[in-house]
Amino acid sequence: MKPFTKLNGVAVPFDQANIDTNQLCPTRFNKVPIGDPEYPRILFHDHRFNTDGSEKPDFILNRPPYREAEIIVADRNWGGGSSRESAVYALAAFGIKAVIASSFGDIHRNNCLKNGLLPVVLDNEICVKLRQQVHAEQGARIGIDLEAQTVTGPDGTTYSFEIAPVPRRCLLNGLDDVGRTEEHQSDIDTFRDTYREKVPFLADVRAD
Amino acid sequence: MPAPQTMFEKIWRQHAITVEEDETLLYVARCLIHEGSRHTFDRLDEEGRGVAEPDKVFAFSDHYVPTANRELGLDAIADPKIRNMIELLASNCKKHGIRHFNIDDDDQGILHVAGPEQAITLPGVLLVGADSHTATHGAFGNLSFGAGASEVYHIMVTQTLWQRKPRTMRIAIDGDLPFGVGAKDVILAIIAKIGHGGASGHVIEYAGSTVEGMTMEQRMTVCNMSIEAGGRAGMMAPDDKTYDYLEGRPYAPKGDEWDAAIDYWRTLPSDEDAAFDTEVSLDADAITPMVTWGTNPEQALPITEQIPSPENAGTEADKSEISAALDYMGLKPGMAITDIPVDHVFIGSCTNGRMEDLRAAAEVAKLGKAKVPTWIVPGSTTIKREAEAEGLDRIFTEAGFEWRGAGCSLCTAINGDLLQPGQRCASTSNRNFKGRQGLGSRTHLVSPAMAAAAAITGKLTDVRTLTEEQ
Repeated sequence: MKPFTKLNGVAVPFDQANIDTNQLCPTRFNKVPIGDPEYPRILFHDHRFNTDGSEKPDFILNRPPYREAEIIVADRNWGGGSSRESAVYALAAFGIKAVIASSFGDIHRNNCLKNGLLPVVLDNEICVKLRQQVHAEQGARIGIDLEAQTVTGPDGTTYSFEIAPVPRRCLLNGLDDVGRTEEHQSDIDTFRDTYREKVPFLADVRAD
Repeated sequence: MPAPQTMFEKIWRQHAITVEEDETLLYVARCLIHEGSRHTFDRLDEEGRGVAEPDKVFAFSDHYVPTANRELGLDAIADPKIRNMIELLASNCKKHGIRHFNIDDDDQGILHVAGPEQAITLPGVLLVGADSHTATHGAFGNLSFGAGASEVYHIMVTQTLWQRKPRTMRIAIDGDLPFGVGAKDVILAIIAKIGHGGASGHVIEYAGSTVEGMTMEQRMTVCNMSIEAGGRAGMMAPDDKTYDYLEGRPYAPKGDEWDAAIDYWRTLPSDEDAAFDTEVSLDADAITPMVTWGTNPEQALPITEQIPSPENAGTEADKSEISAALDYMGLKPGMAITDIPVDHVFIGSCTNGRMEDLRAAAEVAKLGKAKVPTWIVPGSTTIKREAEAEGLDRIFTEAGFEWRGAGCSLCTAINGDLLQPGQRCASTSNRNFKGRQGLGSRTHLVSPAMAAAAAITGKLTDVRTLTEEQ
């Protein structure tokens, strides 16, 4: 996983609440293997493209400054719905590195963290204010400093955000979960034996 | 005296291996996957890794299987890319020694239907599925939640998962469900009340006399849509109904182990004074048959209501959200929901594809003939057989409903079953997101009885007006 430390990038506003993972990646694209060159076009596909494959010029990600966007400023419940990680692969392939919202779908937020994409939770009033600023000045940039846990809006105002210590450390250092789990291998082995002793009827899996 | 614990806390502790700051390493007792897990297997190949405990991983062909011409097996699939997804899962399972309920298996089905049928799902386990509707399994008194490809990869390699401890929410539902109101209406009413993200960050425990009175299938319907309320998981205390359902099923413990299991399971329910972070309550007597009118599951109303007006919304954001939903759904403010015609009806899915769902739909199907294409898609091949033995298939076909093979079908619309742009569907599935049932499709979520009512009238209909209370 690539580390995430600091970012200063073009921000794109999504005003609507409850943007679900079906919108980020329509289900039919779940078949596409990771790293496939199709991914940059998958993000918001059915909002961005007509059925003949041509672009819908009005959709925000098709407008010039936002084609280069690296940060999304959303509303509440971003990424609710399906557990499809392809929604995150699509965001990343488009070039999105962070999403700011007042709340996230739990599974989608986890999927972001496992792929080095930073979900930032800020109060909804701050999200609204940031969106107003990036609407007012197309191509406006937002700064994010993960070490300092701050977001700096286009007007220079800085906001603090909370992130749990482990995901923060993993993002800052680009750490992979399996690596840190393997450091606990003896704990896992001991646990497995104890589990089998305590609840053999759950531990032993067999059909008659 | 130890402090009173919630059922969630007991199961969490039973599976906690170690703690690192804010995260706990949990042992995963069961892992369920499906064709969509290709990204996980691709990564195993890439990293040259194997599966730690393949006997605890179960695979189901469900999302991509065809629901017509099933006797042809894979040859029923015209699109090679869809066919490839099933073949990939089969070859990956073979390679890693994973039990696979494939397209031609007698016990094939949707992972959240076939898993419980096989008693792969048990009380007290920590179960993770590669699918957000994994909360379904919590109906048996366990901790079950969905995860993405990276987390499932971690489980495959280590049989463990790092998780931050979620908060707990108890939703107490008390009273008797009125005539014509089903489990689907209960969960739609809950989501309408707390919102699509209302239980975000929480594990929900459903409790109260209504839940205690529910059958296992009804309980699964409620837990299934916990994710539509934003919940990490949904669960219900196990009881004699739970044990009766499981006893004798293929993966259920047998003999002395069964007795020991029951003794243990009886210790699982939340202690009397256990505290929850959030409490919600609902009066079952006040619930009516529900319908979604918008593009997310919180946009739901009783069938007797009118389509809301954006003008009455409290905030600008709500106003624009309602306008956008009505625009997509092709609806006008103030119109009666019962005046909305439908083009298609879908009865099935991990929410409502079980025997009791099919029986409820069949009762209504007896009253008329389908006015629009109506599909009945059983949740598993086992259910298909049982329903045929009971004669439900004949009731459906006589009413002009189409009796199809088992799978996810029009709920997720990636197996080739799909609506056309602009088509409106009364659907017993779980998501009414834009494009969910096909590009430009419009979905109204309802119960099986309400879906069957829409089938025979051709419009959204209050099922209570067709049937009489006994």
